[in-house]
Formats: sequence, structure tokens, C-alpha cells
Amino acid sequence: MYAIRTEGLTKHYAVGFSRSRPYVALDDLTLEVASGEVFGFLGPNGAGKTTTLKLLMQLIFPSSGRAWILEQPAGGVDLRRRIGYLPENPTFYDNVSAEELLGYFAALFGYRGAERARRVAALLDEVGLGAERRMQLRKYSKGMIQRVGLAQALINDPEVVFLDEPMSGLDPIGRRHVRDIILRLRDRGATVFFSSHILGDAETLCSRVGIVAAGKLVASGSLAEMVPFRIRGWDLVLAGMSGDAAASLAARGAAATALGDGRYHVVLPSTASSEEAIALATSIGAELVSMNPVRDTLEDFFLAQVQQGPRRAFD
Amino acid sequence: MRTIGLVALHVFRDSVRDKVLYSIVAFAVVLMAVSYVIGQLTAGQDLKIIKDLGLAAMSLLGLFIAVFIGIGLIAREIDRRSIYAVLAKPVRRHELLLGKYLGLVGTLFVNLAVMALAYYAVLAYIGATLPETALQAAPAPATDPRLLLAVLMIGLELALVTAVALFWSTFSSSALLSAGLTFGLYIAGQFGADLKNFEQVVTSPAAGLVGRALYYLLPNFAAFDIKAEVVHGLPIQPGYLALTAAYACVYIALLLTASVMIFARRDFK
Repeated sequence: MYAIRTEGLTKHYAVGFSRSRPYVALDDLTLEVASGEVFGFLGPNGAGKTTTLKLLMQLIFPSSGRAWILEQPAGGVDLRRRIGYLPENPTFYDNVSAEELLGYFAALFGYRGAERARRVAALLDEVGLGAERRMQLRKYSKGMIQRVGLAQALINDPEVVFLDEPMSGLDPIGRRHVRDIILRLRDRGATVFFSSHILGDAETLCSRVGIVAAGKLVASGSLAEMVPFRIRGWDLVLAGMSGDAAASLAARGAAATALGDGRYHVVLPSTASSEEAIALATSIGAELVSMNPVRDTLEDFFLAQVQQGPRRAFD
Repeated sequence: MRTIGLVALHVFRDSVRDKVLYSIVAFAVVLMAVSYVIGQLTAGQDLKIIKDLGLAAMSLLGLFIAVFIGIGLIAREIDRRSIYAVLAKPVRRHELLLGKYLGLVGTLFVNLAVMALAYYAVLAYIGATLPETALQAAPAPATDPRLLLAVLMIGLELALVTAVALFWSTFSSSALLSAGLTFGLYIAGQFGADLKNFEQVVTSPAAGLVGRALYYLLPNFAAFDIKAEVVHGLPIQPGYLALTAAYACVYIALLLTASVMIFARRDFK
């Protein structure tokens, strides 16, 4: 069963005042996300990620094409009981507390009394806002609001969760927190569809990704299919090295860059094995500080796709 | 219905804590107290002036609450994108709109009640301190219960202003523009009688027709003003209040229906 399916989903906006012309925010998006997947929807700013999520939430209506969530047409009220949504850079009401806001949202899902209070308290604890639950939202920082946003997206224990830039505005601890929550959602069988322009998040979390550029889907599939992750070379940091040794490295095909205090950053080609790299360091009398393989990354693939991809179309 | 009630309750909770609201109500109470001082300066007219000023303060400050918080209900919520999370919940768009309207009207009526209490307190104090002869000369008693009718009419007028504010915010993308349009319509609606008689003062029949059309189209806010009748102890025609209330209800229903229809297909870009 597909948790999310779109067919030729397209959104045009009219731009300009006197002679308006359509701006293609999303062009013919056909996508399938299986149940239980963590799907990363990636693309540069303005690529159409948020437009796609808004279409799936029916905050905007498609110019053409259709979308289904849990095999039901997107937008129905009954369907919304089964999904959660975190908007990009969310904002809420200034004069209510996180506890009141979540209580209100929980009530909209039909939770009442003690069950509602228990659910709200558990979620606020889960996102790390247990101590600030009674503080008015006007006093919250951007990162705290993002956490409230995440909590409200999970209030109904959703089967499919849509997260628009969930890591935005979070510090490293907050990002780790969100990553853990997404992994927990995956472990309990929920489908997570999240948009991001931060590729590291996708690499650590996603089973499959879709890359969108200028409103068009330019690639989609599993990470392993897209990125071979082959070793392209070695990144070494060597200490206690003389200038002569650096010059001799250059002669052997290795590029060395001085980092100061006798430390050098050395890049070896992929033809060298890890043993040869270690032997090289020993042979020139240097101390090996670190050694990392240089692999193909999602970022390389992403940049290639986006650069080769379409330019924004005006009809 | 439950969803509409939940939304209304949430709006009430959020807006009664709005600092702007506190300052407006505090200002109204201060204004009423000041009217006592002004009344002292005008020998023999104090009671009437205080009654007039008090009702005018309630009407004007109620208008500010209706417009600024009313616009905030939808326009600011779209501006700030807080509407996205709510519309992703099992809430139909018309339920959100109607809940918000009822929540704000509830807030307005509670505020009017607070202002009316302060108003009656000032009047009771003056009634107790004025000499017997001055009280007897006044056209109506100090704490005249008929003043409540004027307050009720202000309440109905503000409920209509809120519906107008909500209507503009369903399709305007700027909160400021919605506020401007609402104020504009409120001012235009004060000239209902002039528009009705416009054809008698202009020579062009087309202009007269436009005036008459506007008279029927624009909300006639002047109809809600019974302050002079109440303050001066003049009779109000039987059935006038019921007819005005019915007019308000029909106009509000039409505005809410139009708002719901526009809001149902609106893109939140």
C-alpha cells in the first residue's frame, strides 16, 4: 500500500499585475511513497517542496493532477484524523501556552479529559518542553516554537507525518532530538515525508529520497541506487611533517595543504589502499592524526541533479 | 458544532489575553471616569453628558476591538501562517471561520459587559451625589435600565462590524488593508440616511440611483444608534429594536455565507 501517491500534480500561480502570467510552482509531480518509509523530499530553496506539502494538506488547490494519502483523496476531514503536519517555520498564537495549544489541537481530534491531558504532557516531555509547558508562546524562542510545531504534528498519533524543514531553527541538540523522533516514528511503522535542503539529515534518516528542482522532480529512488558511496580517495591529516616531506608527497601524486604548526591536510587518490596510506605517513616520519575515506555523497549527486535540472518554466 | 465551539473557545481564550484589548477596555473605563469631570463643568447637564460620553466611548472602543482583533482572526493568521497547522487538523474551513467569528463576538460582548458595569457604577455614583432637584430635572433616571438597550444595539452593531472585518480578511492578503476597508465601510455605513435621500439633492438620475443602490448594499450602521433617544428619555418606536436586530442578523448571515464561500476555495500561498 502506498502511504502517499501523486499523479501529475501541478500548481500554477498568476504573477504580475497588469499582464499576469502563470508561474509554475510545481510541474507534473508523480510520486509514490510506500507505507512505513522515511522519505526525504529534497531541493534548493524555492524548488517546490513547500508547494507540494501544501497541496497534500489542501492548503492550496492543484491546477491539475491528483494526490492520495493512505489511498484517500488528499484533503478530506476524515483523512486528516490520520495524518500530522509540521509547516515550515511554524507560528502559533501568542497568548496561549504550549499546553493550551496542544490541548486545543487534541480536542479537535476528539481527545477529552484525562486522556487529552496525558497525551499533551507526554508529547511536551518528548520534545523537551515539559518545564515550559505553561509559558505563553510569545516568550518562546524560535527553536522552542519548532518543537511545539513538532509536538502538534504528532498529537493524534498519526500514520503519516509530513514535516516541512523540521530541522530549521534548531540547535545541534534540537536536531538530534528531531532525528530521534523521526526514527521512533519509523520504528512504530509510521510513514514520514519530510522536506529539507540539508542533505545530511536525509542521508542519516531516509530510505528513499526525491529531488525537486525548479518545480520538477529530477530524481527519486533509494539512496543506495542514487549514490554508489564508492571511495574516491583518502583524506589524511598528518602532524610533525617537514616542508621537504610535503614536497616529496606532491611528487608521489598526493596533494598536501599546510594547516600550520607542521600539520598538513593530504588527499590521496582512490588508487591507494588504506594500508598504503598508513605506510606513506610512516615513510615520511609523520604522525597520522586522522584518516577518512572520501566517498560519493548525496550532496554530490544532489548538486549534479540540480545543476543539470530544469530552469523555472513560464508558460 | 463541537468543532465550532472548540474554535470559538480558543479564540476567546487567546483574544481576552491580548494586551491591546486590556488597554482599550482600560481606556474606556478612564474615559467614563473623565466624563464625570467634564459633567462637573457643565452645570445642570452633567448626567446627560456623562451618559452620552459613556455610550460613545463604548461604541468607539468596541469598534477598535472589533476591527483590530477581528482582522487578526483571519488576516493576521494567514499573514503569520498559523492557519496552516489548524487547517491540517480535522476542521472544515467553514467551521474554523464560524468558530472564529463566534469567539470574537463572545469576547466583544464580555468586554461590553465590563464597560457597561463601569458605566453603571459611574452613573450610580453621580446619581447618589447629585442634588435631588437636578435628578428630577433630568429626562431619565441616572441608572436608567433603558441604557442597556443602547448597549445592546452597540453590541449588535459591533457583531456586524466583526462580520464585515471577517469578510474582508477572507480574500485580502494584508491585515492592514482589511482594517482600512472595514473602517471605510463603517464610516460609509454611518451615512445611510444621506444615501437614501441622495437622489433629492443631485440632478443626475444615475447618481441618485447609485446612491440608492449603495443605501441598500452598504450596512446601515446609523440604524443602531439609539443613544440620543435613550439619553434624552425619548420614546423608541415599537418594533424598531426587533427590526434592527433582525436586519443585523440577516446582514451578518449574508456576510458569513459569502465569507465561507470565498474561504472554502482560497489558496494559502
